[in-house]
Amino acid sequence: MRYHPLTDADRSEMLAKIGAAGVEELFADMPAEALLHDALDLPRGKSELEVERVMSAFAARNIAASRAPFFVGAGAYRHHVPASVDHLIQRSEFLTSYTPYQPEISQGTLQYLFEFQTQVALLTGMEVANASMYDGSTACAEAVLMAHRLTKRRKAILSGGLHPHYADVVRTVSKLADDDVVSLAPDVYAQENLLDAIDAGVSCVVVQSPDFFGNPRDLRALAQACHRCGALLIGVFTEAVSLGLLTPPGAFGADIVVGEGQSIGNALAFGGPYVGLFATREEFLRQMPGRVSGETVDADGRRAYVLTLSAREQHIRRDKATSNICTNSGLCALAFTIHLSLLGETGLRRLARVNHASAVLLAEALARVANVEMLNDAFFNEFTLRVTGDAAEIVEKMAARGVLAGVPVSRLLPRLGLDDLLLVASTETNTAEDRAAFVAALEGAL
Amino acid sequence: MLDQPTHFVAAPDEETPPATFTGNRGLDQEEPLLFEIGRLDVTGVDIDEPEPFTPRLGGLERVDPIGLPGLCEPEAMRHYVRLSRKNYSIDAGLYPLGSCTMKHNPRLNEKLARLEGFADIHPLQPQSTIQGALALMEELARWLLALTNMSAVALSPKAGAHGELCGLMTIKTAIAARGEAATRNVVLIPQSAHGTNPASAALLGFSVRVVAAGDDGIVHADAVRAALGPDVAAIMLTNPNTCGLFERDIVEIARLVREEGGYFYCDGANFNAIAGVARPGDFGIDAMHINLHKTFSTPHGGGGPGSGPVVLSERLAPYAPVPFVLREGAGIRLVEHAEGTESFGRMTAFHGQMGMFTRAMAYMFSHGADGLRQASRDAVLSANYIRASLRDVMTQPFGDRPCMHEVLFDDAWLRGTGITTLDFAKAMIDEGYHPMTIYFPLVAHGAMLIEPTESESKASLDLFIATLRDLGERALRGEAEAFHQAPRHAPRRRLDETLAARKPVLRWRGG
Amino acid sequence: MTGARYTKDHEYVRMDGDIGVIGVTDYAQSQLGDIVFVDLPPVGKNIAKGQELAVIESVKAASEVYAPVSGEVVEVNGAIETAAAIVNEDSMNKGWLVKLRLSDPSETAGLMDEAAYEAFVKGL
Repeated sequence: MRYHPLTDADRSEMLAKIGAAGVEELFADMPAEALLHDALDLPRGKSELEVERVMSAFAARNIAASRAPFFVGAGAYRHHVPASVDHLIQRSEFLTSYTPYQPEISQGTLQYLFEFQTQVALLTGMEVANASMYDGSTACAEAVLMAHRLTKRRKAILSGGLHPHYADVVRTVSKLADDDVVSLAPDVYAQENLLDAIDAGVSCVVVQSPDFFGNPRDLRALAQACHRCGALLIGVFTEAVSLGLLTPPGAFGADIVVGEGQSIGNALAFGGPYVGLFATREEFLRQMPGRVSGETVDADGRRAYVLTLSAREQHIRRDKATSNICTNSGLCALAFTIHLSLLGETGLRRLARVNHASAVLLAEALARVANVEMLNDAFFNEFTLRVTGDAAEIVEKMAARGVLAGVPVSRLLPRLGLDDLLLVASTETNTAEDRAAFVAALEGAL
Repeated sequence: MLDQPTHFVAAPDEETPPATFTGNRGLDQEEPLLFEIGRLDVTGVDIDEPEPFTPRLGGLERVDPIGLPGLCEPEAMRHYVRLSRKNYSIDAGLYPLGSCTMKHNPRLNEKLARLEGFADIHPLQPQSTIQGALALMEELARWLLALTNMSAVALSPKAGAHGELCGLMTIKTAIAARGEAATRNVVLIPQSAHGTNPASAALLGFSVRVVAAGDDGIVHADAVRAALGPDVAAIMLTNPNTCGLFERDIVEIARLVREEGGYFYCDGANFNAIAGVARPGDFGIDAMHINLHKTFSTPHGGGGPGSGPVVLSERLAPYAPVPFVLREGAGIRLVEHAEGTESFGRMTAFHGQMGMFTRAMAYMFSHGADGLRQASRDAVLSANYIRASLRDVMTQPFGDRPCMHEVLFDDAWLRGTGITTLDFAKAMIDEGYHPMTIYFPLVAHGAMLIEPTESESKASLDLFIATLRDLGERALRGEAEAFHQAPRHAPRRRLDETLAARKPVLRWRGG
Repeated sequence: MTGARYTKDHEYVRMDGDIGVIGVTDYAQSQLGDIVFVDLPPVGKNIAKGQELAVIESVKAASEVYAPVSGEVVEVNGAIETAAAIVNEDSMNKGWLVKLRLSDPSETAGLMDEAAYEAFVKGL
């Protein structure tokens, strides 16, 4: 088999050294009745050619984003990633390396993580960041747990503009950890009253901007209200490119900022792997979950990087750890770092402007379509449309016309009377032809 | 082919090569930070400014400079290529890391994961437009269930530790469904367990009761019987365990736990020893996470991403998290909401690590049932070959006997030399090897856990063995100082980790 | 009581009026290695004998410090917040951790005196 170097001759020699007649002897501790003698009900191994054929057949049954005018967002966004990013992350030394626990031979990883942490801190307007988490939603749940530890309170308030999946994840963890969550109703117009929900029992308020419905939010007053009550403000984002154009949560006074980094460097990939970004204030550093790469020197006095503050982590604190996390999202964080260093500030701001312009142009075109109403006063690259009829049905009809039109809100928030709402995202990958196709398909489907 | 590896020990004053102007040493190049070489006004991505338009940002435009430097493409390539060359990797050498299963990462996996029908699809496209993705998830589930003989699988956990959390969440939900949430709040965990086990339990409000292993390194049924009670929610056992041994009493333990009303969570990190050889469901377990980045070759990527699907028994299956795939006639539906089910809820946004599912499926199709079985047999054979070849030099805490896919040594044989397990590990770096897992499991003093995997040729194993023998002999001959100075040939010498922890500097601050 | 009293977990308490100055012994700090951070309790907290009082972090480990006696936290050593190394350098004096107002001074009677502690450490 092409991945197994041992030959039968090798195996015989090795068994002789061990002093066993056959490999079966090495499995002698296992219950005899559990050992498999018949082949499993699974196919035999295939050549590369056959594997390509089989897997391509699965892939061919999916409509890729490049094959249709594409306007799907709701927490994951289609952006162009420069060719060099994917090439670099496939270098052996990045792709097939292990967690940098032996820093002397892992300086490549440790240094790019240090760069990543700096980029995330700058982007979010915060003081420190970790070396990434699984994704934005689990980072959000970890932020809530961190707020509970810091305030010694166990009740979280979730804005009605928080991505429903993120809210679900927080609620799941909280329910099973016996913590309290107050979830405000879906807040389509960014009009909810969060201030009244804050009391002395609240550890944190979790707010997303731009929110799930596309509305950018000013968090300043909310931050002040939280702090007056001894609570923390957790700012969340799902579209990292928005930070190139909008005031970051850190500037409003957020205490912890979490979000999804997929938009920078990482493919849509049907939902994973993605990369969670996590940033906070320096004073909260020791309560921050996840790995961190820190600067130090080696025995020769040369600058070097090493995983640090490990004493908080599971492999040391065990049942008293800040979290049970073992992995970060290494290679996805690298892709983010490389793409963002290619963009730089200049490129990121320009990319963000192009995204916003793309959405503005689409909004203007839709303003001329009867029976649809755009609900946002402000937005970045995604907004909410009210359509006449069921948005999910309209999306299916538009798909039949070859347009991937967006996400019906009812897909994530069913049975709440929001069935006529459609989330539409437009990025730099959308052309004028795409926008025209969208409008035509929508008019045909209404 | 080297019959006798040579080593060259220079006298201390001869060994420092002459200084260079750049600080580089030939192909071994120093590389500054992005923030020291990039510039704020440089970008390596050509983007046209949009035509003038009226922004609609609600007055929340970001005005202050962000401080992110840019590189053009040639600069970026050079920077990250140079960084990469400071890393050890599987492609470049053996990683004998116990419990990590650092096997070869097939490049076919990378090619197929990048097919646009997998990479360029959005999780929330209409389900009719991604039936192939759902079919692949269904196929992965089929393979995992066949390999384990369990009833259901939760695909959404994003890593092994996340999978443990998932398993414990289903258990906690099942217990609550029986009305026993208030009384069953203890989880039994052996001292040799990976730290994620107690951390996951504690997160969910369980208290941990340690179950002692015997002098033979395994957990015995009577120890479990003594620890069981009506307050026990579950036992968490790794099998094969972290000492590289098969938990012989597992069937009896599973029976005892079930009789007492508890559940059995199996940590599947070491599945590479038995995949295709035995099915954990046949031992009587209730839940097991599988590390796709260990057993199924998805790349470690310098620390992630991973993927930790969890197979579940019939009695836990109803509580599995959303989303899950459900076949409905000719099509497949993704069930995304817990309402109307007994699911405990959602663990992550979207559907799981599809990029890892495709890679793992490429591996599974390539191996087939026969290849997976062969991989496990070779993994176990190779670990025992290392054991048999080094048992006369290095000591084993539970005596010399057949191990599974990894072999555990301790530091008893180094006593009196002034050389610690850490020193020994650092000396391996100079020989061109990543060290084995050290100081884990905690039950062995100065533990050295070696897992070669099935990806190593006999020549590779022989050189590794010969190197450890040579290092061992030098250690016993009293060359302590040389070990204390190691590594000397790596891009960096030993780092001051105390300084890093006392005065954490986690970002560039300029100047 | 003159001199300090010691526990088997290598904590000490030294009386200063009705205030007990608590820390870890020199043996403890040498076992812990380079100390990087100490997590101290808030002033005003009431701690029972045997409860977790503080956590000492070294690079590769985190160790709980247990209260040798019961009482109310009246002061914590602010100097070690920025310079944890002081605990390594002088754990018995400058590297003290917590000052408690004892709720039950008779609890000190059950602890080892200096001679008993030294003998105990020798036997380890």
